[in-house]
Amino acid sequence: MTRAVPGATGVEAGPRRGPRGFGNVWPPIAFGIGVLVLWELVVRIAGVPAFLLPAPSVIAEQIGAQFPVILSTAAVTGGNALVGLVVGFVIGVALALLAARSRLFGELATPVVLAASAVPIVALAPVFTIMYGSATEIPRRLVVTVVVTVPVFVATARGLRQVRPVHDELMTALAATPWQHARFVRLPGAVPYIMTGLRLAAPAAVIASIVAEYFGGLQNGLGSRITSAAANTAYARAWAFVAASIALGLLFHLAGLLVERLVTRGRTA
Amino acid sequence: MNAVLLSGVQKRFGEVHALDGIDLEIAAGEFVSLIGPSGCGKSTLLRVVADLEQPTSGTVEVGGKTPHRARLDQDYGIAFQQAGLLEWRSVVENVELPLHVHGVDKAKRRVRATELLKLVGLDEFAGSRPSELSGGMQQRVAIARALAPSPRLLLMDEPFGALDEMTRERMQAELLRIARETEAAVLFVTHSIPEAVVLSDRVVVMSPRPGRITEVVTGERPGADQDVDDVRESGAFFAAITAVREALRKGHP
Repeated sequence: MTRAVPGATGVEAGPRRGPRGFGNVWPPIAFGIGVLVLWELVVRIAGVPAFLLPAPSVIAEQIGAQFPVILSTAAVTGGNALVGLVVGFVIGVALALLAARSRLFGELATPVVLAASAVPIVALAPVFTIMYGSATEIPRRLVVTVVVTVPVFVATARGLRQVRPVHDELMTALAATPWQHARFVRLPGAVPYIMTGLRLAAPAAVIASIVAEYFGGLQNGLGSRITSAAANTAYARAWAFVAASIALGLLFHLAGLLVERLVTRGRTA
Repeated sequence: MNAVLLSGVQKRFGEVHALDGIDLEIAAGEFVSLIGPSGCGKSTLLRVVADLEQPTSGTVEVGGKTPHRARLDQDYGIAFQQAGLLEWRSVVENVELPLHVHGVDKAKRRVRATELLKLVGLDEFAGSRPSELSGGMQQRVAIARALAPSPRLLLMDEPFGALDEMTRERMQAELLRIARETEAAVLFVTHSIPEAVVLSDRVVVMSPRPGRITEVVTGERPGADQDVDDVRESGAFFAAITAVREALRKGHP
């Protein structure tokens, strides 16, 4: 992502990034429907056993039958993802600001956060469950928080380093304090990067929230319903919750995209 | 009181003598240009005045204060070759930036910024984004921003260097008018001999390795009753250009 250099020429007033047209939405939808129809036909004609792959019509039936449960469990899983996303976002941005502000802190924190991205963070879920007990949402939210913090930190730290030398000089000439420098130049300049971090983190938050439920604790979310349905050989029901998980992930992805578009609109990108 | 007083200023970057034995006085309201080949230290000299570089030896006063004090007190305004506008702020908010940094309340700084946009002829673009303006217009916004704290001294480092010739001449006329109306002293770094001559009371010619002042030529800055385009076509203007050219050649035997 590069920015136009003002003052270099008179033509940098480039096109603004408009919202993507919706004319190209239909082909993938038609493709998706085609896949579902093919799936249905294959399952029926070939007589695929339900434990291997239930037909879409059977899954749809289960979605209808389980709809109130799907809504309440999706609310729990989505709520955990949202809480973790917000907390992780705040922590990620704050850590990146501190790292940019203090060299010592940057050198201490950056390797730790980057190392965290190499650890399979969902592996922490059982440990958190033992630490905080199985009657609370805290372990799941913690897992989401850790998962979200990393990409937001990396994106923000990168954005904060993109200050143009002329802006640095200007703020020095204006006798701005380091905090003012961050507030007036670094942070607003980093916003497109921060928003990209948020967009990437949003669907990851849902994944973390669901997977964290696989490791015990409360049985009130989508992930726990998937495991319990599968354990009870109710395959179509398990698939119904899988479909709901996909929908929840898409919702977070679209929400992240929308926030990014809204916040960075009117900027040359 | 002098706007700027430099005596015996020396600046070294390691073994490189960027500046050596610089003595220069700029009177209040005076327009002084620094001209010379690349590496003659003219930008370094401006940066020393702005407290963006520290001299190795010698003394610098800006309006009777140390450069550091003058910077903290916002006694000078500065404009660079790049306009350096903040793209997420509107044009008027960019002009307000120095006042915003120094805690002037919103209503006051809006009044001042609007006044300055009128001065540079861009009041109708107050709500625009910088990216919607041409290069010349952006540079005018940068000049308005430099003027926001009503400085007695304006430091300009090749502010028109990236503009085309026609825009550049228009901007020179604008700057002359602004300098006259604000009565601010101007220290102006440029590569262009005609630009230095038409703008300045005095043109300071520098030579490189080490960066020294070789000669000071009287410029042809037009008075309030003179048209800048008449000056550009006058014999005195061409004579001054020749004098500056000669001085530059002497610095480069």
